[in-house]
Amino acid sequence: MRLRITFAKTGALRYTGHLDLHKIWERTLRRAGLPLAYSQGFHPQPKIQIAAALPLGFLGREEIVDIWLETNDSPPPPPDSLQSAAPPGLTILRVEPVPERAPALQTQIAAAEYQVTLLEAGGGSDLERRVADLLAKETLPRERRGKSYDLRPLIQTLACRGASLDMILSAGEGATGRPEEVLDELGIPPETTRIERTRLILKPAIE
Amino acid sequence: MLSPAEIEARLERVLLTVQKPGRYVGGELHSVVKDWESTAVRMVFVFPDIYDIGVSNLGLQILYDRVNARPDALAERAYLPWIDMEERMRANGIPLYSLESKHALADFDLIGFSLPYETLYTNVLNALDLAGLPLRSAERNDSHPLVIAGGHACFNPEPMSAFIDAFVIGEGEEVIHEIMDTVGKFAGRTVSKFTGLQAHMSERANAPTFKRVNALKELAKIPGVYVPRFYDVTYFDDGTIRAVTPNIPEAPQVILKRMVAQLPPPPTRFLVPNIDIVHNRLAIEIMRGCTRGCRFCHAGMITRPVRERSVDEIVAAAEAALQATGIEELALLSLSSSDYTSILDLVTAISEKFAGRHLTVSLPSLRIDTVSLDLMERLKDRRAGGFTLAPEAASERMRRIINKFIPDEQILTTARAIYARGWTTLKLYFMIGHPSETLEDVQAIADLCKRVLAEGRRALGGRAKLHAGVSTFIPKPHTPFQWAAMDTEAQIRLKQDLLKRQLRDRNLKLSWTEPPETLLEAWLSRGDRRLGEVILAAWQNGAKFDAWGDQLRFEAWTSAFAACGLDPAFYTHRPRRPDEIFPWDHIASGVRKKYLLEDYRRSLEGQTRLDCRENCYACGILPTFADERRAHPGPYWKCPEVKSPTKARSGVQ
Repeated sequence: MRLRITFAKTGALRYTGHLDLHKIWERTLRRAGLPLAYSQGFHPQPKIQIAAALPLGFLGREEIVDIWLETNDSPPPPPDSLQSAAPPGLTILRVEPVPERAPALQTQIAAAEYQVTLLEAGGGSDLERRVADLLAKETLPRERRGKSYDLRPLIQTLACRGASLDMILSAGEGATGRPEEVLDELGIPPETTRIERTRLILKPAIE
Repeated sequence: MLSPAEIEARLERVLLTVQKPGRYVGGELHSVVKDWESTAVRMVFVFPDIYDIGVSNLGLQILYDRVNARPDALAERAYLPWIDMEERMRANGIPLYSLESKHALADFDLIGFSLPYETLYTNVLNALDLAGLPLRSAERNDSHPLVIAGGHACFNPEPMSAFIDAFVIGEGEEVIHEIMDTVGKFAGRTVSKFTGLQAHMSERANAPTFKRVNALKELAKIPGVYVPRFYDVTYFDDGTIRAVTPNIPEAPQVILKRMVAQLPPPPTRFLVPNIDIVHNRLAIEIMRGCTRGCRFCHAGMITRPVRERSVDEIVAAAEAALQATGIEELALLSLSSSDYTSILDLVTAISEKFAGRHLTVSLPSLRIDTVSLDLMERLKDRRAGGFTLAPEAASERMRRIINKFIPDEQILTTARAIYARGWTTLKLYFMIGHPSETLEDVQAIADLCKRVLAEGRRALGGRAKLHAGVSTFIPKPHTPFQWAAMDTEAQIRLKQDLLKRQLRDRNLKLSWTEPPETLLEAWLSRGDRRLGEVILAAWQNGAKFDAWGDQLRFEAWTSAFAACGLDPAFYTHRPRRPDEIFPWDHIASGVRKKYLLEDYRRSLEGQTRLDCRENCYACGILPTFADERRAHPGPYWKCPEVKSPTKARSGVQ
């Protein structure tokens, strides 16, 4: 059975990276007594797919993970039973079965929505004007890890609301918009912000 | 001091600029966060190395559970920040804080350091400094927390005696409660904060201020607690000790270690870290102590008597721990697993109970025989990792001297079987520098390694690998070898060079301890009170994280010795007179000094002593703890039973 779990990642877990989150899921599911399915081979690994890596330090309001269990017939476990096995900072929002053969979760992410809180007062005095200027540009050529790319088409929406910024950035394979890069274009140092990924936007189902 | 909210606000600005920020935030499953305001006694345990190393320390896990089980007390944790984080903390005025409530360490009533090994000492000074506390015990006043330390290194507390208010000698499970009761009285002076607490607090509110020195006197009265300021040390002209004398009536002449007659149930609600750490596993202690009597082994001497947990208790604890944590690896710990009486039953029970549950079980410290292979095969359905054995010496003469006598043929037979049954990597641990060792004895290590690898090649061809780990002997306090001189740096290098020359094979990996690491550990192990100034000067010279080979700054230490006018060779390269008073002689492990000396003499004659389960050699443990043995008869202890009626405790030295 394949289950899709929607969850929030907050608190101290903000500082837990992607690989460590895998282990946290494995241990949470074991504590919940669920019969995790393991891969075949010399080093069997539990079958757990996290939709999109959440960068270290980001909070996640609605993250998604798919897990595989060895049973097929039983109803999916209620979120409460998983919640009681979860560590502080991991909140279970929904648990729903998905078709076993549905495409890998990582390939289904179209975009992600972010909310950026500015921790330093005054830093956003002319922020609205900087946001407008940025959106007015047709291209934003940037370089990341030695590769140049255009950030502008990856920005679907960007809006300033008081001391926070809301944005939706494309998250296709090979073309992922990163909020830190947008902040950099706006002249905001990332360490003066708190970034929350509020939603992952999946591609429309084809079937 | 900053409030927890201020500390958290500053942390948020720096955490994303350091490596592995998950080290600094707490929030682990099973961490205990009690209400600060309504808890009367507040302590923080500090493991003086980084989080990655400290979280899995079993001793602290046990004590953390026990203190937090008290309704009147809370225990939180702190670890040392790595260099990048320390720099940010100092730059931003963030004091060392607890992971649970983010209180500055200075806000606690008691700070408890874990000192399992000596190369943590400069980190203790760094922790006190980061906490904003005076380093010297004598400079701290009523406004500062009490600072205690425990762990194996504290069996020679003298080098750190200027900085630690009180040392706990031996096992902490019971004495921690006596300490917390006393600290509760010390904390009572701030009782106005606790209006609304239970009735028993009110009497403390009316008590006169319980000054620090009174608290220390109370601590000195607790058996197993050593308060160094209540002892004076005098020296002979040659620098050796003339006498250690108590200077108040409350302080006992000799501090006998604490020993828990019946091991309490093992902890099961292990902290589950949110980031990967060293030893990310469950650990259950199956037995404490060792009956083998290897003469170089500090742990084997100071953890006597041997006490075993039952198979049922271990299996039940493993099940409970697994359910509580979901952790996928279990280590069954002891100093010598093969000697656990029901080892086959235990391994069978564990492997049957947890079959198919994706649990990896490790059983370190196995004897060199084919029974060990059977045990390992029962625990593993695949040949994961290597197989580790510790012959320690390779010539017959050396093996008799160290009292770990395993014939070559037994090692080769075991190695042959290990390779034949499919393990491709065998790890062998040796030690160089044992008393009276010659280059021929070192050559024997190289020869044995070659013969073992040849066995591997016969079984597996080019896939067979051997890893030889060669450490260097240190004559540790409280062992029969405490009278021996250790090798000089030149001698160590000569022996290591021989092994490096001899063991050149693409399938053989040789690793060794760099001489500076060994020498530093030796000085700190064997030091007296005067070494405190050297530790302080070395820390001021920039020494910290000395246990990390790549961080060790040897010149910080050599210049510290020079500045203090002390010769490091005095502590390590000098054979001792049989009647020399050692800096640690007023700390008693229960094994008599006379027995250790006799065993050292037997060693020099090449006489071994077999497993003391078979035959008691009267090391002193039994008369020292006769009352405890009498109260706990039966096979649970491995010492003979005591039938005689109770009498006053006999002298321990």
